[in-house]
Amino acid sequence: MRARAALLVVAAPLAMGQAKPVLVPDVSQRAIDIAYSFTGADLLLFGAILYPGGRVPVGEKPADIVVVVKGPTQSILLREKEKVAGIWVNAASARYRSAPSFYAIASSRPIADIVDDRARAIYELGLDSLQLSPVSTAAPDVQQRFGRGLVDLKSRAGLYLENPRAVEITDSVLYRARVTIPARVPVGRFTAETFLIRDGRVLAAAVRDIDIRKSGFERFVARAAERAGLLYGAVAVVLSVGLGWIAGAVARRF
Amino acid sequence: MDLYLPVANLSVNALVIVLLGGGVGLLSGMFGVGGGFLTTPLLIVYGIPPTVAAASSASQVTGASVSGVFAHVRRGGVDFKMGGVLVAGGVLGTFAGAWIFKLLQALGQIDTVIAIVYVVMLGSIGGLMAREALSAIVRSRRGHAPRAAKRRHHPLVAALPFRTRFYASGLYISPLAPLLLGFVTGVLTILLGIGGGFILVPAMIYLIGMATGVVVGTSLFQTLFVTAVATMVHATTTHAVDIVLAGLLLVGSVTGAQIGARLANRIRPEYLRLALALMVLAVGVRILLGLVWRPEEIFSVTLS
Repeated sequence: MRARAALLVVAAPLAMGQAKPVLVPDVSQRAIDIAYSFTGADLLLFGAILYPGGRVPVGEKPADIVVVVKGPTQSILLREKEKVAGIWVNAASARYRSAPSFYAIASSRPIADIVDDRARAIYELGLDSLQLSPVSTAAPDVQQRFGRGLVDLKSRAGLYLENPRAVEITDSVLYRARVTIPARVPVGRFTAETFLIRDGRVLAAAVRDIDIRKSGFERFVARAAERAGLLYGAVAVVLSVGLGWIAGAVARRF
Repeated sequence: MDLYLPVANLSVNALVIVLLGGGVGLLSGMFGVGGGFLTTPLLIVYGIPPTVAAASSASQVTGASVSGVFAHVRRGGVDFKMGGVLVAGGVLGTFAGAWIFKLLQALGQIDTVIAIVYVVMLGSIGGLMAREALSAIVRSRRGHAPRAAKRRHHPLVAALPFRTRFYASGLYISPLAPLLLGFVTGVLTILLGIGGGFILVPAMIYLIGMATGVVVGTSLFQTLFVTAVATMVHATTTHAVDIVLAGLLLVGSVTGAQIGARLANRIRPEYLRLALALMVLAVGVRILLGLVWRPEEIFSVTLS
């Protein structure tokens, strides 16, 4: 009797774990190479929802899928222009320790209908729920204004995206979503997080890494510009003098 | 044809950039200016970050001035001593300019200062040039022979010490005046990505009083070296020279410059000067509007 009770206690988490569905996510590209013709990339995030027993539970509400692609966080200084003496100049500023360089969220329904504000803040779901970690201690309304300004700026550059209904779920088990990576994307390690959510509760989550890097000539040039400035500058000067000289020499022939 | 710029971190239409370089080159060949004052603002309008635009257009000016320098050297149109002094001042100016650049970047006011300097400079020089060209046109219409202006340098220049002889320029003046002039253009080269020809040329004529035959050649000589040094300074301090962008601009501009130089021979010089003045004024007004109008982006991000 005692042994059976103990067994039950030990097995309980296992049994509960089995009752939860498991996510098997994947991305179309584990690495994105930026080469000379790079104009952005289409990332396909897809996967399967494995329900315990292999059956989709009947009688329950269908679960939702939310996919978040995040770029490496950056420490940034955000400046706001103001009209001073007739011209627009940078005036107030705010510092953030961890602003994502890229953030795209796709979901099967509008995110506000899927989870409440608290869960959104915890999992950083939605452009208004980003954890930017502001350094300055400005008034809340000022913080909000700057936060909105950052999101607006990045959205217009295509670096922050929110796309409700971009996740397609087939037969409650297969899902897929397409996220557009623009050409202006920063390089680094990206993460693709997938959440399975039902009744406002996150049932399962999984992460995949995506490396975005410059390759070949582009990588060589970017590195040279950063690490061997003197030589790089000399090459730029030789190139410009050479091209100018050739053009002059050719023109004199005609 | 889309091409990714590895330092600017964005992709551009290569054809548009080559044509932009070609258009600027055409004008620079026609008017004998480097054209940097057009390239930098146009690149910014296209979406290139301002620092990369200024750093990369300096090398375009280098390329556009090379063939001009060779042509002037061949016909003895360069005062090497004067040019050397100007280059020395210019190199000092680029170092000072790099320091100012860093300071303003830290204060977050670099873009505003660049725009204001552009407006003041383009407005005043464009205005002076337009007035001068218009009165020349009026004079030639009335059939007067253009009054031979007495060539003399500004009294302030004459007051400076350490006078020395500049034979090719026909001058006996202190080298401090051209040194200072070179310094100012050097600062402007770093900040604005321009060669400074349209400041140098009038200053050489009206302030220093150089013989007109060597003015353009010597100014191009200074531009060639100072823009080359500016490219080096940018490459080692801001790391913002995009060699792919510079290459595209160069291919267009060196070709355009040759065509422009041929076109220039067919047009009367005072009309050419008036056209240049109007263009300079137009760019100045456009930048002024950019300062006064409510900008599309109120917020801007810098990495820290």
